[in-house]
Amino acid sequence: MSIITEKEAKKLLKKVLAFSKADECECNLNGQLTGNIRYARNTVTTAGEVTDLTLAVQSTFGKKMGVATINEFDDASLEKVVRRSEELARLAPDNPEMMPNLKPQKYSKMATYFESTANVGPEFRAKAADDGITPSKKKNLVASGFLTDSHTMTAVMNTNGLFAYNVATNVSFSATIRTADGKGSGWVTRDYSDVNKMDTAKASKIAIDKSIGSVDAKEMEPGKYTVILEPAASVGLLGRLVNAMGQRAADEGRSFLSYKPKEGEKNPPKNKLGMKMFDERVSIYSDPHHPEVPTATFAGDGAAVERTEWIQNGKIVNFQNSRYWAQKTGSKYNPTAIGGNWIMEGGNESLEDMIKNTRRGILVTRLWYIRQLDPQTLLQTGLTRDGTFYIENGKIKYPVKNFRFNESPIVMLNNIEALGKPVRINGNMVPPMKVRDFTFSSLSDAV
Amino acid sequence: MERRDFIKLTGAGVGGLMLPITGNMVSAAQLLEKPMDVAMKKQLADVALNAAKSVGATYADARIGRYLNQFITTREKVVNNVVNTESAGIGIRVIANGTWGFASTSIMTPDSIAKTAKQAVAIAKANSKFQTEPVKLAPVKSYGEVSWKTPIVKNAFEIPIKEKADMLLEVNNAAMSNGASYITSIFFLVNEQKYFASTEGSYIDQDVHRLWAPFFASAVGESGFKQRTSLGNPVGMGFEYLDGKKEDKIYIDGANIGYHNSYDMVEDAKNAGKQLQKKLKAKSVKPGKYDLVLDPAHLMLTIHESVGHPLELDRVLGYEANFAGTSFATLDKWKSKKFQYGSDIVNLFADKTQLHSLGYVGYDDEGVKTKEWDLVKDGILVNYQATRDQVHMIDQNESHGCCYSQSWRDVQFQRMSNVSLKPNPKEDLSANDVIKGVDDGIYIAGRGSFSIDQQRYNFQFGGQLFYEIKNGKIVDQIEDVAYQSNTQEFWNSCAQLAGKSDYRVGGSFFDGKGQPSQVSAVSHGCPTTRFNNINVLNTKRKV
Repeated sequence: MSIITEKEAKKLLKKVLAFSKADECECNLNGQLTGNIRYARNTVTTAGEVTDLTLAVQSTFGKKMGVATINEFDDASLEKVVRRSEELARLAPDNPEMMPNLKPQKYSKMATYFESTANVGPEFRAKAADDGITPSKKKNLVASGFLTDSHTMTAVMNTNGLFAYNVATNVSFSATIRTADGKGSGWVTRDYSDVNKMDTAKASKIAIDKSIGSVDAKEMEPGKYTVILEPAASVGLLGRLVNAMGQRAADEGRSFLSYKPKEGEKNPPKNKLGMKMFDERVSIYSDPHHPEVPTATFAGDGAAVERTEWIQNGKIVNFQNSRYWAQKTGSKYNPTAIGGNWIMEGGNESLEDMIKNTRRGILVTRLWYIRQLDPQTLLQTGLTRDGTFYIENGKIKYPVKNFRFNESPIVMLNNIEALGKPVRINGNMVPPMKVRDFTFSSLSDAV
Repeated sequence: MERRDFIKLTGAGVGGLMLPITGNMVSAAQLLEKPMDVAMKKQLADVALNAAKSVGATYADARIGRYLNQFITTREKVVNNVVNTESAGIGIRVIANGTWGFASTSIMTPDSIAKTAKQAVAIAKANSKFQTEPVKLAPVKSYGEVSWKTPIVKNAFEIPIKEKADMLLEVNNAAMSNGASYITSIFFLVNEQKYFASTEGSYIDQDVHRLWAPFFASAVGESGFKQRTSLGNPVGMGFEYLDGKKEDKIYIDGANIGYHNSYDMVEDAKNAGKQLQKKLKAKSVKPGKYDLVLDPAHLMLTIHESVGHPLELDRVLGYEANFAGTSFATLDKWKSKKFQYGSDIVNLFADKTQLHSLGYVGYDDEGVKTKEWDLVKDGILVNYQATRDQVHMIDQNESHGCCYSQSWRDVQFQRMSNVSLKPNPKEDLSANDVIKGVDDGIYIAGRGSFSIDQQRYNFQFGGQLFYEIKNGKIVDQIEDVAYQSNTQEFWNSCAQLAGKSDYRVGGSFFDGKGQPSQVSAVSHGCPTTRFNNINVLNTKRKV
């Protein structure tokens, strides 16, 4: 049994803590029940289910800490894992950055569990594969894809009396459909907490249409172009920006958010908190209560999490930080929820409207193999993939060959022309965006 | 696993365990417990094989694994974390109705194993209704009961934790007292104790060891900050890799020190501090075409991305289309026997038998004895990397022995072997000799950013250290360098190779592939090599 009820989890963790002889003890219980199916060359290649329940115990003596985990749950095993963590703690050197366990927290209600998703079984997964394979075969296309569903349980308890519990469900799907001659390729991805929102037939059709539509792509000169980035194209660049918003690196001078003092400036700040860095339409926040991307309302250490603004109207308003760094610098602690999300606000325009309103530009389905070139400017490189099209006078004119880009999300968020309606992608909310002067540095022959 | 996730993981306590890792933390002493008795493993494996056959499997294999890791993470003067993990269980793979099925369990009772084997057969039968190409296995020898062990001198798990932590703190101090502002250093130790049995009649017991000791240093100056990571390699060795023997050092005049089969981590950290200070003041590269001289600790990654991956047969055939992509090196190019992958001095080979390499094992994860074979011979594409169920698709009847699974709980599949570039067979040139021949070029050491398209044509690579070469000499450290090329053009511009004395083996500890994704460790050997007329970009950007 990998998913247990709140009552059972509380009883189990109380029993674990009763074995503790350490100054402080904290336990995390993680259960998962996941299933998947993978297909390629118009046939199912692998399918499976994984169940697991793991208990992690962290014991501390003063500034010494040890961690041990186990996946057996008889009384002897529970005592053993507590003793192991205590033994490791005694062996460990002092960690001056170690923080005491949290006091009990108040959590707001979580809405991360959908029975529909928890009930997904092999038939649903097989149908998802078939939704790509059968129509592809009819059109002489080659389908490949992957669907995975998960039902997870998390519980945290410590010797201060803190207790947190949550169950969550998720399902994600992606498909790559190629023409038999390899001249066209289309792709789609969808992910939801509630599987009732998942339409794998409709999604597969998008990949089919893009694969046929991308055949015989024309070459365009690399250079600076106005681009319409579908959410799947910008999520990678935005994610790297959000992940780089750590306070400690900024304070230590090792981040794009480190402040460079002007000559003779008295008491300069260490970081760019409160400073405007992006177009004023840019607002990014995390919110466990967002109905499309709900998450737990607690972090791994049991800290309560509520909505946190990161960027508001182009200004930096909060940093990610650890409890230690927040205390050291007198800042507010901004914990990240388990399964944490980020949401970028947008407008009401649809992708189709955006294309209609573009005189000349490139529509990008997704970006691939994104790697950072310079952490000071967040300059990234990578390539377009699986559907890149030239837009002229409001219409898609023809497919174009893939480009390599060298661009920074900082530049991207300063060159915004329009933002569309955000959609869920990889557990985050991202609007389609039209951006001017996006830098493509070379062409790729890859399809 | 991306490096970013790895760094997060190694710095984490309980909260960090929310990351999806497999493995249970155990005490230091327990990591040294003796592996399960071989006779017991044989008995349990036979339970799996017999149960699978009893419900209709035409083939079955069982992998009983105990996977141990230890990582120690430090930052400046602080030991952040000491983590021990253990994961044990059995993975059972079968063929029924011509279709693969797989199931695994951590409960190692005969009943549980038999049930898991039958579940694998049931999955194979259920999936067989979608089957269009029945599985066809290449024959393999029955090896009987055999064993193999990584030839280590010092078992890294047996070195006391304090000694290892103190060594990392010494590394940090060396970097900080020579110019670094911050540093994170890590020991990552792996021991895979795996037992393989199949209905072909092999019972193979292996004890595999790997080690990686990276550091990530940075320096903050008035104009910004710079980073420098370690130049050592992840290896299939014990703690003796960190002996830093004199005879294993290669001195590049005016530039870095290269490391053969042992690594002086403290010395490298000292140099990193000094080089960081130079990086802060170095001039920015002028973009244009240059002759590049690539150090093995850099070129290994270019080989990995532009040769290792495109020559994996499952990518060529489309099995990875929805994730990592396909390959430009299509079957028609191989069949033509004329496809010029590189210039005629380029000889690339695959193997899982190279001493000290990450991929070195006696047998792969489907019981095939490992070997060496050519991929590109005198510049021409001649072969791929393929497993037992794939080789018939390239008209061969012997597996290449490159099947691997990251743990007992995941299904094994085709993974990259060690893929290496042969040194100059005619002259034993040194790295300095190769640099001597260049009038206007750039010498690049260490791995930096890397990006390549989904069919492996267009790539862009950075590095750790860049030096301007003028009239055969290294003149100055420069910055902001990345080169962009096309795989075939790049390898055809290969103009000179250093000799066997300069040949060094580098590697990647976390190579990701598959859905659900699995990691694998793989090495690449090569000498210092020259490539002519390559497009170099300047990566400095104003934001």
